[in-house]
Amino acid sequence: MTFEPKILGFLCNWCSYAGADLAGVSRIQYPPNIRVIRVMCSGRVDPSFIADAFIHGIDGVLVLGCHLGDCHYLTGNYEAEIKMNALNKLLQLINFSERMRLDWVSASEGNRFAQIVSEFTNQIQKLGTSPINNKEKNSEIRDNLEAVKNVLEDSRLRGLIARQRELVNDGNVYGEQISAEKFENLIDEVIQNEFIRQKIIVKIKSKGKSVPTIANEIGVKASEVLEHIVVLRSRGLVDVDEINEEIPTFISIMGG
Amino acid sequence: MEKVGSVLVIGGGIAGIQASMDLGDSGYKVYLVESTMSIGGVMSQLDKTFPTNDCAICILAPKLVAAGRHENINLLINTTLEKISGKAGNFKVDLKQKSLYLDQETCTGCGVCAQECPVEAIDFFNEGLSKRAAISVKFPQAVPLVFSINQEVCIGCGFCKGVCKAKAIDYTLKDKKTSLNVGAVVLAPGFDEYDPEPTHHYGFGKFPNVVTSIQFERILSASGPHSGLILRPSDGIIPKKIAFLQCVGSRDKKHGAEYCSSVCCMYTAKEAVIAKEHMPLVQPTIFSMDIRACGKDFDKYIDRAQNEYGVRYIRSRISSVKEISESNDLILNYETENGEIVEEVFNLVILAVGAMPNRSTKELAKTLGVELNEEFFCKTKPFSPVETSKEGIYVCGMFSEPKDIPETVVEASAAAGAVNILLSEARNTLIEEKKLPKEIDIIGEPPRIGVFVCHCGINIAGVVDVADVVDYANKLPDVAYAEKNLYTCSADTQTNIKEKIKEYNLNRVIVASCTPRTHEPLFQATIREAGLNKYLFDLANIRDQCSWVHMHEPKEATEKAKDLVRMAIAKARNLIPLQEQHVSVIHKGLVIGGGVAGMTAALNLANQGFEVYLVEKGDKLGGFSKNVYQTIEKYDVQGLITDLIKKVDDHKLINVFLNAKINSIGGYVCNFTTRLTQGKNKEFKEFQHGIIIVATGAHEYQPKEGEFLYGNDDRVILQSELENLLFTNSEKINGAETIVMIQCVGSRNEEHPYCSRMCCSEAIKNAIKAKEVNPNLNIVIFYRDIRTYGFKEKFYNLAREKGIVFIRFDQENPPDIVKKGSRLSVNVVTPKLGKISIDTDFIALSAGIVSNGEENEELAKMLKVPVNSEKFFLEAHVKLRPSDFATDGIFLCGTARGSATISESIAQALSASSRATTILSKDILVTEGIISKVNPALCIGCNRCAEVCNYGAVGVRYEEGKMISEVNPLLCKGCGDCAAECPAEAITMSHFGTSQIEPMIAEAAHVEFGNGRPRIVAFLCNWCSYAGADLAGVSRYQYPPNVRTIRVMCSGGLPKRLILQAFLEGADGVFVGGCHIGDCHYIAGNQDTLRRTRDIESKLESIGINPERFLRKWVSASEGKLFSETMIEFVDKVKKLGPIESEYKNKSIKVSK
Repeated sequence: MTFEPKILGFLCNWCSYAGADLAGVSRIQYPPNIRVIRVMCSGRVDPSFIADAFIHGIDGVLVLGCHLGDCHYLTGNYEAEIKMNALNKLLQLINFSERMRLDWVSASEGNRFAQIVSEFTNQIQKLGTSPINNKEKNSEIRDNLEAVKNVLEDSRLRGLIARQRELVNDGNVYGEQISAEKFENLIDEVIQNEFIRQKIIVKIKSKGKSVPTIANEIGVKASEVLEHIVVLRSRGLVDVDEINEEIPTFISIMGG
Repeated sequence: MEKVGSVLVIGGGIAGIQASMDLGDSGYKVYLVESTMSIGGVMSQLDKTFPTNDCAICILAPKLVAAGRHENINLLINTTLEKISGKAGNFKVDLKQKSLYLDQETCTGCGVCAQECPVEAIDFFNEGLSKRAAISVKFPQAVPLVFSINQEVCIGCGFCKGVCKAKAIDYTLKDKKTSLNVGAVVLAPGFDEYDPEPTHHYGFGKFPNVVTSIQFERILSASGPHSGLILRPSDGIIPKKIAFLQCVGSRDKKHGAEYCSSVCCMYTAKEAVIAKEHMPLVQPTIFSMDIRACGKDFDKYIDRAQNEYGVRYIRSRISSVKEISESNDLILNYETENGEIVEEVFNLVILAVGAMPNRSTKELAKTLGVELNEEFFCKTKPFSPVETSKEGIYVCGMFSEPKDIPETVVEASAAAGAVNILLSEARNTLIEEKKLPKEIDIIGEPPRIGVFVCHCGINIAGVVDVADVVDYANKLPDVAYAEKNLYTCSADTQTNIKEKIKEYNLNRVIVASCTPRTHEPLFQATIREAGLNKYLFDLANIRDQCSWVHMHEPKEATEKAKDLVRMAIAKARNLIPLQEQHVSVIHKGLVIGGGVAGMTAALNLANQGFEVYLVEKGDKLGGFSKNVYQTIEKYDVQGLITDLIKKVDDHKLINVFLNAKINSIGGYVCNFTTRLTQGKNKEFKEFQHGIIIVATGAHEYQPKEGEFLYGNDDRVILQSELENLLFTNSEKINGAETIVMIQCVGSRNEEHPYCSRMCCSEAIKNAIKAKEVNPNLNIVIFYRDIRTYGFKEKFYNLAREKGIVFIRFDQENPPDIVKKGSRLSVNVVTPKLGKISIDTDFIALSAGIVSNGEENEELAKMLKVPVNSEKFFLEAHVKLRPSDFATDGIFLCGTARGSATISESIAQALSASSRATTILSKDILVTEGIISKVNPALCIGCNRCAEVCNYGAVGVRYEEGKMISEVNPLLCKGCGDCAAECPAEAITMSHFGTSQIEPMIAEAAHVEFGNGRPRIVAFLCNWCSYAGADLAGVSRYQYPPNVRTIRVMCSGGLPKRLILQAFLEGADGVFVGGCHIGDCHYIAGNQDTLRRTRDIESKLESIGINPERFLRKWVSASEGKLFSETMIEFVDKVKKLGPIESEYKNKSIKVSK
């Protein structure tokens, strides 16, 4: 039996959704695996929706909007591009980036819509089902996805992403323009750090663990884990659970 | 050119702060320039301080606040000196303040910006062990409490401006340049720690588990990156075996510097002890060449470290450190003293890094035209230790030589003392007195209370329903007006409060906002400007101790905020106006002791125009220094003494009394009366004076009959006798072949368990001199540790270069001297060489310094000041008040305090004079408002108040058969200990007395909780535990909202009755928090707390209350985490015990009471 992937599509009202309608009117056929959620603009698609979709076992997510420059809300799709770029960085860390695609489909591109859906369905079919659906080893994947979702909900990162276009194109509060490269590096750094921190939190949600144990579980150097624990403690998210002889264990606490 | 009555102080560490406070208190306008964002310096980074293990921030923070609010001190942060011109008495200085990108006056320090900032930067305050936002405050207790943007990492996203409700942030602010005229400059730029990173010294920077001592200080700190847990950087595990390596960057010409950094031996011992205290499983080992514990009580500390805490000392210098890559453990190879090679594995290695010149000082010296020495420290001379090469520019602290905190504080005051001479004629010319309206008489008026509830942006309003609190306050009896403010501390709200006082005829004001520790003085000043006595104010702490610690329980937090406001109102009803008394000052000083210290102090005061009585028990001035010819730096001591004596004799304002004996000293600060007899004819004298300086000195230890054959053989002489020979009769040693010197004679033994500090340098000085006189002479020095601290180390090296032999012996195996024909033979079993024997012609005994024993005790009794177990005088605080006694108006300098070199004695003398000048320079001294008062009608004359008072401020005396019981308002510090002790309740503590606290208890204990009980009433002392609770807030350590806090000045001011009252009113649990023993702000008030609360603990059972419901705990100002944990545990415990009614019937406890 061939594997039938579950594909979720976020389509913007003005272009892509209309494009999909046109595919219908024109009777252009495409695989039935896609389920569509209409949004007013691709910029509305919160990256954490996509993480959520993956947590719920979706095999692939398509985000489709107007072509750059054609946005009904002028720049919404530029924002979508930035958001999905950040999401992509995170998904790369957990080997999920191929399960997500952002593309542009205009109201007149019924054909293109069908083509993208077919291609993407095909691609996911080849990749196989999302590892989260594999009952035997899904807990690690779930932890990863939860961490990704939490990172995406962090107000600081969201703020940064929200200001990216302004800072790179128009300049910052001091009137200086920040190079796209510098900004990418900054986002990379924040994403890296926050992802590890969220993974730590996920790992010590219900049970206190020592730094070397955490390091071992998430594959990060123990010294780095300690640095992140210091940050998490200062944010009130993690505290010492107990101290057994020379080994303190840390546990995540409600807070922040 | 006219002299200017203002001073520029560069550097806001403890030295700069002390100098500024002294100068500000002596009538000068002070500009305190600090290059970072807060004053406090390195001391603010320290966890504890030696030798008392005082919590550094507990003792420093009140000083920071006082300096920040001082009316004569202008703080200029983020500022550096650009240019200077003019000359002593009238300089023009150009300053540059780097932009903070926010308005310092508008920023409330609430910290919301830092929480929203998306950029992380390295936290240098935590020595890189944690991260902070790009907009941040230097440390939680920073003064001024202002945030600033780190432009190096800021990306200019604009978030902070978006969230700042105070509208303080302005990205367009440019650097600001200012020009000032000042009469003098005091340099206190401090030092840098030696940086082992560039050379990877001992693997630092390569091996994660090699850290510096200052990093370890942050690791130990309860407010540091690990909240006081000792975790090693590689894996977050507690290191069992810790190695401390001494002299990293010190005493090492290849790495760092040749000199000794003076502080590392002691701070290492302290770090080892504290580490052990934090985590008993830690096994500290200290590798050192010598243990230089040469300050007051330092040797005792080392003994305790070894014997009580099990700290292991190994005499060895480690050459290199290797790492085991799998475990990140470290391998040390070392050679023990007896030549054994050992390889040992440690889990953590700490490098005791030395003190280097501050990186800014070369530039600073160039700008100022001040000379540096070859080590790039400020050049000074032994007899003028705080003068730079340029007139009118003075130096103090680490900038002139590495030294510890007390010596730094001494020098800071000494620098102020030097300024006093230069600028005394311009005193009081630039300070402004604030014109205040006449106080409104409110006596007899019913209370009309105004309540101002602060949003603190979202800090309070984000959790507490502020509008609800205001509505609630409005309905309470006696509240005439209540309102809410976005920021109650902002300038426009101050105007508003003043208007509302007039409009509603308010006679009490309550602000519900942050902590009184930082903000009470501001609001007090505001209501005073509106004509209300400043003591008609109270603050309800609904931020640090409410919204910040119950962030996830908005409903409970709002209820608690209402309770705190209701408690404050209950107190406010009984607040009464307090009057500070004004006492006129007699502008004369008494200096006791005519040695170098006494003469220097007398001259300093006289040169400012104050008349001085200089009292000397002997028939000549000069003191012990008469026996000294040169300093180790070859400065002429005899010349100094002759010069001082001449100046004293010639000075019109100095009255010298020789052969004098003091019969009595009466009175108190501002107005003492001394009676003495003087001269050969025992002529009687009586005179009045405003202050006293004790400079009675000490003397050389006289070996016992036969000790090292001293007194039995002429060839065994004292070091001072050898010096006399060398300088006046040197041909006597020309024929000699060998001289042996024996160190620590009468020092560091059971009888004198302390180091005499200068004998090592004296021996080396004389050895070098002897070599100059007779180059063929063999000189052997038997020592226990060579303690040539600071730059004196150079002379130790010089001596060794000259072929002088140093051999160490252990205390258990002292040298044995036998006569051997015409010579003497010294036999010793040494740890290194085993048994050796040396024949010699002379033996010089380095006799220690001993106190004047009974004489000191007698004087101490007269002055009502303490002496320590060695009968040296005991200063008010060994760290921060080295020149003061606890009793106001009496000061201390020279060897009467403990052993000191001539140079140090001079600094101490100037320091004592400066401290004295803070009183003598005033016409009127204003006393504290919050003091105790005695009702003589109730007094039963038991005098227990005098026993608990540490300031000699209260007691019973009899005059002509009449009992007089009173509090001296000039001496009372307002701790309330006497009131708590008085069995007749004849003593009332003002402002925090029973009439204020009792209604608060009733309100605190009558609380009902929606989620059930317990109700906890917590009494917290202002200086430590209350500050610790505030820090829990700043750090957002959450704890259950069941606790209602009552602030008292000292836990020792809490009578047993009030603690029991809390139970009686219905509290399910009562907590008393104070400073750690030894840390008390009022010297030892917490000892009385301990005694009283132990008594309570033992009696609770018998009156039907489970003693588990009572908890006493010491919480320091840095232990926010501990406070929150303690509350969590205590609430939990009391919850399990159930409501208090379950245990007793109200009736029976009332009977018990």
